[in-house]
Amino acid sequence: MIWVDTILQGVLLGGLYALFAAGLSLVFGIMRLVNLAHGDLIVFGAYLILVIVSALGLHPVVGALLAAPLMFCLGWVLQKAVLNRTLGDDILPPLLVTFGLSIAIQNGLLEGFSADSQRLSMGALETASVAVGPVSLGVLPLLTFGSAVAVIVALNQVMYRTAIGRAFRATSDDPVTASLMGIRPDRVFATATALAMLVVTVAALYLGTRANFDPAIGPARLIYAFEAVIIGGLGSLWGTLAGGIVIGVAQTVGAAINPEWQILAGHVAFLVVLLLRPRGLFPRGQ
Amino acid sequence: MSARYSVTTRTPASTGALIAALALVVLLALAPLYASRGLIQDLFFILTMLTLAQFWNLLAGYGGLVSVGQQAFVGIGAYALYGVVILGGVDPVPAILLGGVAALVLAIPTAFFAFRLQGAYFAIGTWVIAEIARLGVAQWRSVGGGTGTSLPRDALGDMMLVEGIAALFDVRASAARDILAYWLALALAAGTIAGIYALLRTRRGLALAAVRDNTEAARSVGVDAGRMKWLVFLTAAFGTGLAGGLIYLQKARISPDAAFSVTDWTAYVIFIVVIGCIGTIEGPIIGVLVFFLLQSLLADYGSWYLMLLGLIGIAVMLFAPRGLWGLISEKTGLQLFPIRRRLVGGVLTSKEG
Repeated sequence: MIWVDTILQGVLLGGLYALFAAGLSLVFGIMRLVNLAHGDLIVFGAYLILVIVSALGLHPVVGALLAAPLMFCLGWVLQKAVLNRTLGDDILPPLLVTFGLSIAIQNGLLEGFSADSQRLSMGALETASVAVGPVSLGVLPLLTFGSAVAVIVALNQVMYRTAIGRAFRATSDDPVTASLMGIRPDRVFATATALAMLVVTVAALYLGTRANFDPAIGPARLIYAFEAVIIGGLGSLWGTLAGGIVIGVAQTVGAAINPEWQILAGHVAFLVVLLLRPRGLFPRGQ
Repeated sequence: MSARYSVTTRTPASTGALIAALALVVLLALAPLYASRGLIQDLFFILTMLTLAQFWNLLAGYGGLVSVGQQAFVGIGAYALYGVVILGGVDPVPAILLGGVAALVLAIPTAFFAFRLQGAYFAIGTWVIAEIARLGVAQWRSVGGGTGTSLPRDALGDMMLVEGIAALFDVRASAARDILAYWLALALAAGTIAGIYALLRTRRGLALAAVRDNTEAARSVGVDAGRMKWLVFLTAAFGTGLAGGLIYLQKARISPDAAFSVTDWTAYVIFIVVIGCIGTIEGPIIGVLVFFLLQSLLADYGSWYLMLLGLIGIAVMLFAPRGLWGLISEKTGLQLFPIRRRLVGGVLTSKEG
């Protein structure tokens, strides 16, 4: 029974990683942009929520709702002014620019908020749990997983049922032809990153409520997110959820065997999947 | 008739640069005679970062392999040195070589895995392997596990050559160790630059440039692209491992988080190469000097300095993607380490310069 519990906890943890990864998956799938600052942007979002919450005395969820439009605009401007200039066949420019952004955000937050760890408080919800059959599941992890599924359903609706989603897919397939049809790739990309930043805000809410955070934890979250995206396969959002679950389950099973193996087990699972399926589990366009 | 033609890469500027470089190496080798201990330590930092930057440049600028995982080789080189010194009682100086070998050994499975990946996947894959190496080393109790350890005092005291250097310059043993580490760093950096330049001037170097510019076209004229990638990756790993061992020999204290730091050993190294000019030997030299100048000028501002460094990296990539040396080279046509083959001699005398 302990194993069922371990695996269920892993699946729920995978929901958190899928939330970290969903924004990255969207951006990576549409414009092949490797955003090494993604983890730091999530941490930045958590600090933004923290500032709003502590300045106005609001609940973190309301804080996140207020932070979302700010993050949306930030994403739009970031893509339009900076990241669009780095796109192309060469992966070095986006890599370097987002590395620079990552270091700038980390150290900016360090100056602004010190290295002390912070937390967003959800009150009694943090420790609440429900019994599902023989195992007991935390309400907050369940909410996280539910949010991950909701985010992915919403993003898929946008991708496959709206005009902007059609523009995303068209630009992803062939920016030149898409621009002949009256689409402006730079604006499509800016909208995609802005949308990804909405997802980042949701991820930031759960990052801040589920554990402590400090300015330096971004890169580790980025690695989990990237692993989830790559395991899932380029451009597949459900694949990203599956990838998050693979990492989450591997981590909890690893931790159950030896607490020090938690993170190592996640990385090893990533390598194994990639050795067996170099294009991930569900690559698009096969 | 044909004997009067020849293919050369040498230019008057490069001959001058060669003489100046030799003079500079001699001048730097004599630094312990006239430089303070602080300056020796600064020069050590510059030379080791230069070595790391040259190897990353070989990898990314010439080999087209954009790795974000070079900290794996710095860390494993350093930990191999600590391992054989602490557990095997080996003298730290020859142990540096073992650091290089350990990095080489790690590079073989890494390459098997990472070469299956392309572009962004390759970058992330190498980073994940570096994280696995870090977490694995953190389990190694006898070298301090997750918290790290120091080099034992008696191993440092009995280090070869130190006594002689202390007597020669009439300094304390700790200063003599810095001088020894500095000389090793100078030898490593000079050897790296000479070795990479020599490699680029051979047929292999030409093949390497061809693979970088267009893999398919290079294959079509018979270049074994896969073998070139292996050559570059293993060479860079070995050199990075040597540098890692040397850096932590001088620091005399190690921890997994520091030795496998992606920021210190990969992000800064990438900045150095790109600020200078990627794909040239001159670039990393300029880059490391700019990096060091920024660091000394802004040392008092703490994390603002790092923030500024990040923003400078972004600005250079956006507005001067060929870096500082690229700007100079475009304006003046100057090349200190030219690798372009030119036909000289014969009836049509080529224009010199």
